[in-house]
Amino acid sequence: MSASNAHQPQTHQPQTLAQKLIAAACGRPAVDEGEIVTCAVDLAMFHDSSGPRRLQPMLEELGASLWDPAKIVLVIDHYVPESDDESRRIVRIARDWAAGQQLPNVYDSVGICHVVVPQHGHIRPGMFCVGGDSHSPTGGAFGAYMFGIGSTEMLGVAVTGQIWVKVPRTLMMRWGGRLAAGVTAKDMMLHMIGRYGMNGGRYQAVEFCGEAVRALSMQERMTLSNMSAELGSQVGLIAPDDTTAAYLRQAGVTAELDLARWQSDAGADAEWRDFDAASLAPQVAAPHSPANARDVDEYPDVPLQVAYIGACTGAKLDDLRAAATVLRGRKLAAGMRLMVAPASLQDQQLADEDGVMQVLRDAGAEVLATSCGACAGYGGSIPDGATVISTTARNFKGRMGSETAQVYLASPYTVAASAVAGRIADPREFMA
Amino acid sequence: MTDHTSTHRVWRVGADIDTDALAPGAYMKFGIDEIARHCLQRVRPEFAAQVQPGDVLVAGPNFGIGSSREQAAAALVRLGVAAVIAPSFNGLYFRNAFNVGLLLLTCPQAESLADGERITFDATAGRVVREQGGAHSELHCETVPAFLMDMVRAGGLLNLLKQRQTS
Repeated sequence: MSASNAHQPQTHQPQTLAQKLIAAACGRPAVDEGEIVTCAVDLAMFHDSSGPRRLQPMLEELGASLWDPAKIVLVIDHYVPESDDESRRIVRIARDWAAGQQLPNVYDSVGICHVVVPQHGHIRPGMFCVGGDSHSPTGGAFGAYMFGIGSTEMLGVAVTGQIWVKVPRTLMMRWGGRLAAGVTAKDMMLHMIGRYGMNGGRYQAVEFCGEAVRALSMQERMTLSNMSAELGSQVGLIAPDDTTAAYLRQAGVTAELDLARWQSDAGADAEWRDFDAASLAPQVAAPHSPANARDVDEYPDVPLQVAYIGACTGAKLDDLRAAATVLRGRKLAAGMRLMVAPASLQDQQLADEDGVMQVLRDAGAEVLATSCGACAGYGGSIPDGATVISTTARNFKGRMGSETAQVYLASPYTVAASAVAGRIADPREFMA
Repeated sequence: MTDHTSTHRVWRVGADIDTDALAPGAYMKFGIDEIARHCLQRVRPEFAAQVQPGDVLVAGPNFGIGSSREQAAAALVRLGVAAVIAPSFNGLYFRNAFNVGLLLLTCPQAESLADGERITFDATAGRVVREQGGAHSELHCETVPAFLMDMVRAGGLLNLLKQRQTS
C-alpha cells in the first residue's frame, strides 16, 4: 500500500512537470523516473457510483474515519435523475452519508464531476489529486497531477490521505500550428488515440504542449486531458498559463497561483511526439473503439439514426457552442434524433443566456438532464440497433447501454453536422 | 502467490477486453454477485457459469481498458479466478486488481497459451509453466513488487488495512 520515500536522487536533473508535481506531493526536492513513492493527496473526488455506496460499508468494517473531510469532494452525477428503486437507493446512500460526515463540498445533481469540480475552483496548479472515476485525468488540464482510482484504493486514500505512485516517463505531445475552424481538441485526441492505440500512453504521464494547445480554451484543454484515459496514460498534463489563471479567477480562486513553477524544465528527459494542428481533419472513431479514429472523409456513406451530445468529454459550454455554430438555422435530418445532455447546470445556464440552448432546441434537439446519462449506459440508454454518432469518450460494445448499437465518436461540430445530414458529415461543409 | 502444486485451467480471451465486458454498465447498480453472473458474457457467454475456482484467464494486450469500476476485477475474484495473464494491462485496472486481491501477471508471450490447457505459475519468480503432455516449457513474466504481492496474499487492500489495525 505504501512505499518508502527514502531514496534520494544524487543530482537534480531537469524535471518534467509530472516529476515536479510528484516530488512536491511526496516531500522531496526531485524524483527519478521509475521510483515508487508515497504521496500526500490534496484532493479526493468521487461520485455516487464509485463513492459512498462502496466506501461506507468498508469504512464501517474498518471502524475508520475520514482523514480530512475538507479535502473530499462528492459529486452526485451517475444515478441522477433517479430512474428506479436501485438508483434511488444509491443516491440516498450518497446524500445521507454526505450529511452524516458533514462534507463541506457536495455537488448534487448539478452536472458531471469532471466539469463541476473545476468550475468550483477545486483543482489548481501544483495539486496532487485522485478521483474515483477513470476520466479523472481531466484535472491535469490545470497543471495538477490527477488520476483515476477504484473504490477500494479510494478507501485507502479516505483513511490515510496517501497513495503510492510510480514516477512515470513523460510523453510530450507537441502540437504546432493552429487548428482549422471546425476542428477541436476532441479531434486532436481521437487522432492521437488512433495513432498510438488505447495503451499508447503505457500508464505514463502525457503532457500536451505547443502552440495549438496554448491556444485552446480551458474547456477544450479539459477535453484533451479527459481522454488521456482512452490513451492509457495515468495523467494528461497541461502546464498552467494565463488562460488557466483567468479561468480559476472566474471560478472564485483567490489564492496565489505559481504558474512559473509548474512547468517542465528545459532539457527534462521525455519522449517527444510532434503533430501539425493546421493539417488535422475532423476525426471519427468507428465502432467499437476510440482507437478506430480516421479522417471524417473516410466515412462517405454511414447513415445515422441518433446523435448524442453529452458527457464530460463532449457537452461543456464550448461543446454546446460548437454544435450551435453548425445547427443555427438548420433542422435535423428526417428520422434523426439529437439528444443533448449538458455537462453541467452552469454550462447549460450560460448556454441558455447566450441563446445556444434555443438554437439546439430549434434544430430539433431533445434536452436531457445534466448527468452522465447514456454515456455510461447507466440510464437513458440509446435505442437497440441504432447507428449513433456521439461526443462521448468511449464506444465499446454495449457501453451506452445497448449491445446492438453501433456508436461512432466525433467532435460536437461533427456530431451536429451529421445530425443535419442524417449521415456522417464533415462540419467544415456547414461552416461558411 | 507462489503456486507450484496445483494446475490451473486456461480460459482464453482476445485483446482489448474492456471494463464494460467485465462488468456491464446495466448491472453496475447491483451487487458483485449479480455483476459476476454477467462477467464477460459478451465475449464468452459460458464463462461465468462454467469457470471453476483456480482457473486462470489469459488475454491479449490491453486487458481492462475503460472505466475505473473495480467490479471489473472484483467479479473475477468472486468467480474464483486465480490470475489474469496478459501481455499488457490498463494501468488503472492494474491498480484496482491488486487492491481487490486479484493477481495479474504481465507476460509478453501470454497469447501462446491455449484455451483449456493447464499451467502452473510462480508470480514471485515471474514465470508461467506449461504442462503439456509431460513436457514443460516456461513463459517469463514481469515480477510483481513485494508490496503488491502482500495485497494479493491478504485478499486486497481492505483486508490489509484490517490486519494492520489489529497487529
